[in-house]
Amino acid sequence: MATSPIEENIAKLRSLEMKSVPFADALGTQTLKVTKDYVLVKLPYAEHLVGNPETGVVHGGVMTAMLDNTCGIAVRTAVPLEIPIATLDLRIDYMRAAAPGETIFARASCYKVTRQIAFVRGVSFTDDEGDPIAHCTATFMLASNNRGQSEYAKQEGQS
Amino acid sequence: MKQISTENGVDVSALMDYIPYAKFMGCQAEIKDGMVLTSLPFINQNVGNTSLPALHGGAIGSFLEITAVAQLLYTNGSAALPKTVSLTIDYLSSGKPETLYGRCLLTKKGRRVTTVRVETWQSDPNRLTASAHGNFLLKSAPK
Repeated sequence: MATSPIEENIAKLRSLEMKSVPFADALGTQTLKVTKDYVLVKLPYAEHLVGNPETGVVHGGVMTAMLDNTCGIAVRTAVPLEIPIATLDLRIDYMRAAAPGETIFARASCYKVTRQIAFVRGVSFTDDEGDPIAHCTATFMLASNNRGQSEYAKQEGQS
Repeated sequence: MKQISTENGVDVSALMDYIPYAKFMGCQAEIKDGMVLTSLPFINQNVGNTSLPALHGGAIGSFLEITAVAQLLYTNGSAALPKTVSLTIDYLSSGKPETLYGRCLLTKKGRRVTTVRVETWQSDPNRLTASAHGNFLLKSAPK
């Protein structure tokens, strides 16, 4: 039975022994869920993530890193794995700090793919997505040798 | 924060050791021509794409923020960590496996909010790796 390119991508991502992303591993991120609608990543609290040693609150840059990583994986669900991607820009709005000790989650969705650009939005939170730590929007460039891309963009529009 | 406040103001080099996340990344800072100059020596831990290899976008983003905070603390001579409201990062070229440098310019210093522009580069200061603009909420320094 034929599967769509998106389904094939997700299957590859799930089963893949993905080349490790050293910085993501060093942070301690764990990918929990990869679907065609969103990606969910978890980051357990750890001492090396702290920004203010007096309070134990996690550094804002950790949110940046986690959201950038999660957004990248979200793009990977929508764009064939053979096409290299690179972050173009990333905007993060910080609503609140995460309390010390809390596990942090990030959810990102790639909501639009064109021939050259992928558009993503994401959110990081602890236990309540309705009370987020930060929101982000990001754009990613797709490598120019993307012959199959227009096919992909069409598929996205149909789903 | 007392450990990093000296008679001459904030010790930005000690700050990089004091903030666990900055220390984890391997950030360094010094004062050059009256401004903070941060640097991030290349270590494999900070890589995103191992085939190139290239620095992770989140590592670059973190470095931009750390640079901004270091400059804000140094300029204000204050020990109170500013609160990031928003940060918009432009990724201009891939971060190569070399040292990354950073500096922060204060675009506007308001009573409550300071707007900054941050730049990072590697071998050529005229070819930026990434830049950002951000808004920070500043607390007034405790007496």
